[in-house]
Amino acid sequence: MSETENRKRETGAFFQRDRDWHPPAFAPGYKTSVLRSPRKALLSLDNTISEITGPVFGHSMLGELDNDLIHNFAKPGESAIGERIIVHGRVLDERGRPVAGALLEFWQANAGGRYRHKKESYLAPLDPNFGGCGRAITDENGYYGFRTIRPGAYPWPNGVNDWRPAHIHFSVFGHGFAQRLITQMYFEGDPMIWKCPIVGTIPDRRAIEQLIAPLDWANTIPMDARAYKFDIVLRGRRSTFFENRPEGN
Amino acid sequence: MVQDLGYLKETASQTAGPYVHIGLTPNFGGISGVFESDLGSAMVNDETLGPRIAVTGRVIDGAGAPLKDALIEIWQADAAGLYNSPSETRGAADPNFTGWGRSPTSAEDGTFVFETIKPGRVPFKNGRLMAPHISFWIVARGINIGLHTRMYFPDEAAANAEDPLLQRIEHRHRAETLVAGGQSPNYVFDIHLQGEKETVFLDI
Repeated sequence: MSETENRKRETGAFFQRDRDWHPPAFAPGYKTSVLRSPRKALLSLDNTISEITGPVFGHSMLGELDNDLIHNFAKPGESAIGERIIVHGRVLDERGRPVAGALLEFWQANAGGRYRHKKESYLAPLDPNFGGCGRAITDENGYYGFRTIRPGAYPWPNGVNDWRPAHIHFSVFGHGFAQRLITQMYFEGDPMIWKCPIVGTIPDRRAIEQLIAPLDWANTIPMDARAYKFDIVLRGRRSTFFENRPEGN
Repeated sequence: MVQDLGYLKETASQTAGPYVHIGLTPNFGGISGVFESDLGSAMVNDETLGPRIAVTGRVIDGAGAPLKDALIEIWQADAAGLYNSPSETRGAADPNFTGWGRSPTSAEDGTFVFETIKPGRVPFKNGRLMAPHISFWIVARGINIGLHTRMYFPDEAAANAEDPLLQRIEHRHRAETLVAGGQSPNYVFDIHLQGEKETVFLDI
């Protein structure tokens, strides 16, 4: 299976999640979390084979325009309205090793801050040439990239006057089911990041800063698109050098 | 001073938000033509080995209402107890079974549905067998970090009684929150986010 060859056969358990770094389940500033947050302690357990394993997503499943949100919903010859940008970076694990073959799925609002969704009721119009979803799989160095338009900010019902800063949602599938992660990318220089109750669920300022993609001037394409660089870090794996290996492990 | 361990911090989680279906099940969400089909919508084919089952359920909030904007993923072993993964070292899993499924909860009543097979038993770290189980991961608006849990089977009482994870649950009646209802081949697994019936979620 050539698609799996670039995936190292690793069997170590994942590093324990730092639950003080992630947002807590119950974060009353984000009102929806109040009724949707578990209140009892989580059951903490070292990984078993059910968590250290995970499916493989092959590059062959990707269509040509999957990583081009400017064109993947547009009529032939047309393109989405908005500021053209490239978002690219690497998926690494906590050991700093590239995660090859990671599946990234992204979704976002259009340039006016409107999502293509039947429950969405913001005044801003839909762009007939923008769907708002895409996906990519990292190469052997953990690298990915896609083209899109910069999403707009938008208001949402939480406080009377809460707005989301411009952001792109990322779903990341690494090598093990326990690495599963959903996060959001923000843009350097956006003052609204620090006013957002959803951003504010994250307790540590450094963890928030890790979600802010810098403008990548070196990779900006002249007369075409600015680049933003967004690296993502998934849980690392313990070394198996010293682990006992009973039958079946 | 000592050496720097040099580890990076895991990227912080953020909620999947109200429009997770745009990104992860766009065809279900009404965006057609971008991806041929929604990933994870088919776990089995005609050749898959093992007894076919269906798992349905809802994710219920602290006010008793089912979430209609959630997304569920499951991961499980094949009928022989092997995972279809490069990290599986005990043998080759059934090539006709992905082991991974993804389902949105419906806009009508919040149900999720998985058409799959009953998994075989897989070993715990000490070689003891765990009871057959399916790993669940739940994301939605208002859920700040994806919730991990497991579903066990109601017709595996003996295996469940010796399962190392179920045995770790201090309050014994809470272990029942991880055992599905219904009966073969139609199991029902409701996930309660809060309240008396709060599901046991895993830090795993």
